Amino acid sequence: MKRLIDTLIEQLIKMSGAVTEITVLLIIVFLFKEGAGLFNASEVEKGYTVLVHSENTVERLSPKELKEVFDGNIENWEKLGGKDEAIRIFRFDEIFSIYTEDELGKDYVLLPEKLEEVISADPTIIAYIPQKYLPTNLQGIKELAKMNISLTDFYIGKEWIPTATPAPLFGILPLLLGTLLVSFIAILIAIPLGVGVAIYLAEIANERVRKLLKPAIELLAGIPSVVYGFFGLVVIAPIIQKIGGLDLGETAFAGSLVLAIMALPTIISIAEDAMRTIPKAMRDASLALGATKWQTIYKVIIPFASSGIAAAVVLGIGRAIGETMAVLMVTGNAAVIPNSIFESVRTIPATIAAELGEAPGGGAHYQALFMLGCVLFIITLIISIVAEVISSRKIIKE
Amino acid sequence: MIETKNVNFYYGSFHAIKNVNMKMKSNSAIALIGPSGCGKSTFLRLFNRMNDEIPGAKLEGECWINGKDIYTKHTQVDMLRKNVGMVFQKPNPFPKSIFENVAYGLKVNGIKDRAFITKKVEESLTAAALWDEVKYKLNKSAFELSGGQQQRLCIARALAVSPSILLMDEPASALDPISTAKIEELIHVLKQQYTIVIVTHNMQQAARVSDKTAFFMYGELVEYSDTKKMFLAPEKEETQNYITGRFG
Repeated sequence: MKRLIDTLIEQLIKMSGAVTEITVLLIIVFLFKEGAGLFNASEVEKGYTVLVHSENTVERLSPKELKEVFDGNIENWEKLGGKDEAIRIFRFDEIFSIYTEDELGKDYVLLPEKLEEVISADPTIIAYIPQKYLPTNLQGIKELAKMNISLTDFYIGKEWIPTATPAPLFGILPLLLGTLLVSFIAILIAIPLGVGVAIYLAEIANERVRKLLKPAIELLAGIPSVVYGFFGLVVIAPIIQKIGGLDLGETAFAGSLVLAIMALPTIISIAEDAMRTIPKAMRDASLALGATKWQTIYKVIIPFASSGIAAAVVLGIGRAIGETMAVLMVTGNAAVIPNSIFESVRTIPATIAAELGEAPGGGAHYQALFMLGCVLFIITLIISIVAEVISSRKIIKE
Repeated sequence: MIETKNVNFYYGSFHAIKNVNMKMKSNSAIALIGPSGCGKSTFLRLFNRMNDEIPGAKLEGECWINGKDIYTKHTQVDMLRKNVGMVFQKPNPFPKSIFENVAYGLKVNGIKDRAFITKKVEESLTAAALWDEVKYKLNKSAFELSGGQQQRLCIARALAVSPSILLMDEPASALDPISTAKIEELIHVLKQQYTIVIVTHNMQQAARVSDKTAFFMYGELVEYSDTKKMFLAPEKEETQNYITGRFG
């Protein structure tokens, strides 16, 4: 009986371990599977197609070119490698101003035919229409070759306009740079502060202060990020706006400040723990040789705890990069490549949170957001590995 | 010359040292013996003010070293500690190279002259009878040395800042007999140049290395006399009982 219970419990524990690992694996597989679909997706929005006159020499257009054409920024076919003719943009809705409902027939059965008439009549036309009204007879009409969204469009594309028609732009560079900028500045602020407070707690503060301060700081880590975001929105952003004389306080810098505050508890707590594990004998040895307290701190304690401090910093960075809510609230959400820290930016997590709700499932936008998730996952994975390597270094050394 | 006048020491409400008056001559070795918790280590740590680091500790009375009261407001504790070196119970080298360990005291005391530091490191390691064993691996980590070597490294480290007094808190208690013998030999040599105050649990060790011995019990100085006399003909009964191993 005793043995039976033992085996049972052992099996249960094994199972829970297995379930956890399978779950993690499934999440990763799901993330990459959904994301990878993006590179099989057509540049043109799903269910739509782009038509030109059959005599037109242009065979294909990149998403960027399509956007420029429909925005009216490119007005001549010559710029796209065609003849020197002005481009006429034909939007699907226009068909209803040319023909009456009756002429289009019941349930618009005649609509494809009429589209064909209109498009084949004008060699300079470019039309953007739903796939289901594509004329069956393609005489005088040419469908532009659909290109898949390419890796380079995604990774070094400079514009993120997922709702652009006919061709949405999924360039993650502004988001990536926004994320890195906000996190980098946050870490720049948080490291000196965090390590300083850790030194104070571990070496200078007396036991009473420490007992009061340490739990308080650890409590900070438990405050929901939306509360930090609210604080940033109501307090920090207006202050930055006033001091900097800016039009808008919701900037990368505001995000960095909020993130720095959020990363502090992690950095302080772990760095302080690392410093407190230093044997008292080390401190005594240094003091007994006539070193002052400060000399002891920077010549013995900090080098001795350096791997712990480094791990603290890396984990702090991890927290900053993955943070969503607070950053979403205070950075102003402008998906443009930032020129300075006093401009609005948008980070990767904020983008996913803000846009996933309005991205149609399975569409290119949806897949692009998953791909963003993959990028974020890889960044944080690298950071975790670095943290692991750094914190295990000490064990090897001794 | 070390002298204590009516020294009382408290850890919070615990009275650890009770009214101790004691004089120690320069260039000699003085052993402090007594059962665990009798206050001998606390007494030792008075002389380089290491007890200052303990919260709630309080001293009454006076402590004089070479004609100076070391517990005045004007005492520079770091300068005092430079003059009064200390070797701890367990070897506690820094996680640095052998060279850097010995040079540490010089560097924190503001010496930058590289040639002087190199010379001083060699002298100190020689004085600690370690030079021949480490001279080809000065850049290796101190943790690569054996326990006995590490302890001699700690002695070299203490000697490097040219102290006049060396406090040793059971320096051989964590070492094997061969390493212990080396440390004891070293003490014999060093006491000609330094005043050595050594706390030990080992009666034979006290008898072997010291000129004078002080026996502490319950924070009181029970007996203090020449080592020979103490071990051959102690005056007090408690001393007799302790050194013959009846308790403690």
